[in-house]
Amino acid sequence: MASVRTEGEALGLATIGRGEARSWENNPTLLRLVSVILFAGIWQIAGMIPVSFAFPTFFETVTALVSMIADGSLPKAYLSTLQPLLLGVILSAFLGVGIGTLCGLWRPGEWLMIPIFIVLQAAPVAAFIPMVTFIYGIGMTAKTLAVMILALPVIVLNTYKAVRNVNVSLIAMCKSFLGTRWQIVSKIILPDASPVIFAGLRLGVAAGFVGVVLAELLITPTGIGDLITYHRSRANYAEMYATIASIIALSTLTLVALQWVESRVFRPEKRGA
Amino acid sequence: MNLFGYRVPMMASLLVWCVIWEIVGRLDLMLMLPPFTEVLQAAVGLVQTASWQSATVTTLRAFVMGMALSIVVGVPLGILMGRVKLADELLGMWVSIFSSAPLSALVPVLMILFGFGEKTIVAAVFLFAIWIIVLDTRAGVRHISPSLLEMARSYGASKWALYRIILWAALPEILAGIRLGLIRGVKGVVIGQLLVAIVGYGALFETFSRNFRMADFWALTIILFAFALLIAELIERLEAKVEFYAGARQ
Amino acid sequence: MRNATLRKVPTEQPAMMDSIVEVRGISKSYGNVEALRSIDLDFPRGKLTSLLGPSGCGKTTLLKIIAGLIEPDGGKVSVNGREVSKPGPERAFVFQDFALLPWATVLRNVAFGLELRGRPVAEREKVARHYIAEVGLSGFEDKYPHELSGGMRQRVGLARALSVDADVLLLDEPFSAVDEQNRRKFQEDLIRLRTNQNKTFIFVTHSIEEAVYISDRIVLLSPRPGRVSQIIEPEIDRSVDPDRIHRDKHYLDTVEEIWQGLKQYVD
Ligand SMILES: Nc1ncnc2c1ncn2[C@@H]1O[C@H](COP(=O)(O)OP(=O)(O)OP(=O)(O)O)[C@@H](O)[C@H]1O
Ligand SMILES: [Mg+2]
Repeated sequence: MASVRTEGEALGLATIGRGEARSWENNPTLLRLVSVILFAGIWQIAGMIPVSFAFPTFFETVTALVSMIADGSLPKAYLSTLQPLLLGVILSAFLGVGIGTLCGLWRPGEWLMIPIFIVLQAAPVAAFIPMVTFIYGIGMTAKTLAVMILALPVIVLNTYKAVRNVNVSLIAMCKSFLGTRWQIVSKIILPDASPVIFAGLRLGVAAGFVGVVLAELLITPTGIGDLITYHRSRANYAEMYATIASIIALSTLTLVALQWVESRVFRPEKRGA
Repeated sequence: MNLFGYRVPMMASLLVWCVIWEIVGRLDLMLMLPPFTEVLQAAVGLVQTASWQSATVTTLRAFVMGMALSIVVGVPLGILMGRVKLADELLGMWVSIFSSAPLSALVPVLMILFGFGEKTIVAAVFLFAIWIIVLDTRAGVRHISPSLLEMARSYGASKWALYRIILWAALPEILAGIRLGLIRGVKGVVIGQLLVAIVGYGALFETFSRNFRMADFWALTIILFAFALLIAELIERLEAKVEFYAGARQ
Repeated sequence: MRNATLRKVPTEQPAMMDSIVEVRGISKSYGNVEALRSIDLDFPRGKLTSLLGPSGCGKTTLLKIIAGLIEPDGGKVSVNGREVSKPGPERAFVFQDFALLPWATVLRNVAFGLELRGRPVAEREKVARHYIAEVGLSGFEDKYPHELSGGMRQRVGLARALSVDADVLLLDEPFSAVDEQNRRKFQEDLIRLRTNQNKTFIFVTHSIEEAVYISDRIVLLSPRPGRVSQIIEPEIDRSVDPDRIHRDKHYLDTVEEIWQGLKQYVD
């Protein structure tokens, strides 16, 4: 068991942890603002030097971003990127939580499936993406599968770990009060495991963003990835940077929002008992 | 316990999957999936080719350089963030963002900044691996008990000696960060090469899939996976050792 | 109280007693650790029986076998004359570590047994409120377990067991994680509940004082493999002021006598 480590353990820190969030609240948003301004300032100066012919200033990038939103090219690209992302994440969520729960509850399933996902989690599965595009063409299916390949392992492993580590005394309690097998799963195991499962879903979303961008950059000439490639080939560096910054910002905002939901819904402070 | 409780059955079930793969491949049930034995044969053939050997050298070199860079930069940065509150507050947000952002989107930037060559791959490995190293190092430094540092100061440790103590005390977390960084670095090298597509394994993948040499494609994938797992395993061993000594130290 | 006597009962049970739980020839081993060896016991209806014995002698194991949570290697358990091997509605368990759902309020926790039986919300909440008041937790219905003290959490566990209206309550060291003041108070409540509710209590404890104070009957178990070594009926008059009981000579004598009997095992 000890060797089943998910990246989540590290990412508990990686995404803005609770402790960190609190320390920022203590030192008002001012510092964060300073941090952002500093970042933008360094970017601006680096662009003005310029460090490279292909390095636009911060303001050029922001201008490009606004114009791309205005002319509709960015929203259109996002429409095409977010559909497979959402679909892939939702499918991975159901499939991953299902498989993870099954493996956590059923020994033969654990034995058969978990090693596969451990391998997939540690290995560079991105190598499969060209293959997927080969088999399923360059459409929605390939992109969705790319998302799933990257998102599924972390979701499965987190769910599995959560289910395996469920409080045994609660299960004994449920049995002694005549809970059925199904009630034990639905009223004890899943609620008890839900915070860790949700954390796994959040990591799955992060992986999904990587998957969809990669699929679009590698083969599929649509969406954000295509926009990046297109502007690069046209040497519209400001537009290219703006697109990249926008997808990183979107992914960050999504993850922060999920974390907010997590701390609200699962109220970790109430779990102390 | 690890060995008898977990490792052995794990290997066993992977063998089952290999058998299933073989059967599926023989029956031609899935597109582009040759039988496992054929893939193994291809792997044996592949490692003897000059193109694989030179690709491996290129890939390893880029990987090692990128990792070395990210450790050399990441660990001091993490210590700085762990020790200096201002640095932590100014950088923390960005480190957090980049550690979970879709960094694959940044590889095109690396390509135009560093050209279509090895430098880009090194930069990709660096970019993928560094953030988690910084975060874990920072966490490790934060966990050092203040009394240890007070003790060092009271014995008149110089600033340099103090930082050496910090480095040792935070070593378990730093190693954990490096292990995760290595796994991410492998992903970085592969993603970088896939996107640049004319360097190392990326070029091989490109050739194999373009020419439908599926056995070679799978052989390369397996080699890559085995390499990634081997690295994770090795570091985990090392970590266990360090944790042992860290535990004995208390 | 002056006329209270200490009765020793032969470990071979009189057949005439009205017993609600009958344990016959129960044995249990974990691997090569023999925890229990052919236990024969009867638990009289409406009484509080304590299982007392050195640590590791199999008290928890025996209680969980009676609860149907552990399967014995041999022997059988009958409740109300019917043989049982699984948990049943006529038995309810109070857990040493409380086993409360951390994500549920006191009200839902207490009603949980009824929830599992599919009772409608209104009905089960009515019952739950009644027993929450009974164990002295009125006003805490909407609190979460982490907001309660150890003693209060165990009261929730007790209320949950009471609310399913079982005939037999099985309590595994319910006070071990409760501080001393709460423990005293809780013991008094338990004595009161036993009189009011007309339920049978089977109670595992480490504490001789506690056993003598609250029990109608004390079953002394010998160390591994656990066997019944002695059965004692303290016959203490509990209608008087609790503080007087603790200073009563008969009470103290009984404690001393059991201690003398157990001392040989503590080495
Ligand atoms: N699941 C188990 N696996 C192996 N051995 C066990 C298990 N549960 C209990 N035992 C062993 O069986 C014996 C009896 O255990 P049990 O928990 O019933 O004792 P107990 O009288 O309740 O002890 P305590 O007073 O410490 O709670 C002990 O020696 C214990 O080590
Ligand atoms: Mg016990």
